[in-house]
Amino acid sequence: MRATVLVRPKEGILDPQGDAVGNALGHLGFSVSSARVGRVVDLELDAADADDARTQVEEMCRQLLANALIESYEVEIVG
Amino acid sequence: MASPQPRIGVVTYPGSQDDRDALWALSALDAEAVPVWHEEAELPDLDAVVLPGGFSYGDYLRCGAIARFSPATAAVCAFAEEGGLVLGICNGFQILCEAGLLPGVLLRNESLRFICRDVALVVERDDLPFTSRLAAGTRITVPVKHGDGRWFAPPELLGEVEANRQVVLRYDEPCNGSVASVAGVCNERGNVMGLMPHPEHAVDPLLGSADGALILASLVDAARDRVLAVT
Repeated sequence: MRATVLVRPKEGILDPQGDAVGNALGHLGFSVSSARVGRVVDLELDAADADDARTQVEEMCRQLLANALIESYEVEIVG
Repeated sequence: MASPQPRIGVVTYPGSQDDRDALWALSALDAEAVPVWHEEAELPDLDAVVLPGGFSYGDYLRCGAIARFSPATAAVCAFAEEGGLVLGICNGFQILCEAGLLPGVLLRNESLRFICRDVALVVERDDLPFTSRLAAGTRITVPVKHGDGRWFAPPELLGEVEANRQVVLRYDEPCNGSVASVAGVCNERGNVMGLMPHPEHAVDPLLGSADGALILASLVDAARDRVLAVT
């Protein structure tokens, strides 16, 4: 199974990296009012089916891939 | 009889940088400084442990997130669970937060710049094994050198940390943008502390400040008391 995890800074968390990217886009002439920088983790894993894969990957997020104090995550099972 | 020399371990992870300075500083303050390799699943007989600064495991994923899984960190967690004294400095602080021994998390500095300079700190607690040589309300000067030192806790957690008096040190000047100017925190029980400034780099006046020695000497005192309590 392949899965993609999208980890984002939670809403309200100061993201200076995102701000810097937003400013840089502004310098290029783009009208960007907000930019937030997260992280993508692509996984290949052993799983019985998509549900099993989702359960496993969500556990991975809780235990390691995201820090719940500051980050939210979305799991996509690619198949 | 000469007072006993407490044994204080310093864990070296792949990417640790300040382990040697920590070992040197603890020796200079009359402790027996014991190097501990990250693969050691059992700690030698120790009276306290220091997790040093650096960039363990390349700061991959999040600072301290991978070091949390090393055998030595598991041993340090068990040591802390039994009431052992644990001090995390800079990356060591990040590891202790990721391991859940200390509240909060360390984020990228607000300025996005690596900060390397002396900073003034206000002492909030002088009743801990790490701060007995300090006086609450006074100021000390200790250097920081970090890119990810902005301590953060959501409002509810911050409220708990403040109510439990777990903030040990605060920046007395703008530094990295940490919530409530937090520079160092302890656990509720008071046997685990983490701080971003580097006391091991401030143990000799020749280097600008010897205030860091007050923190490490407090730890050495507390560790020695534990040896005396057992013998």
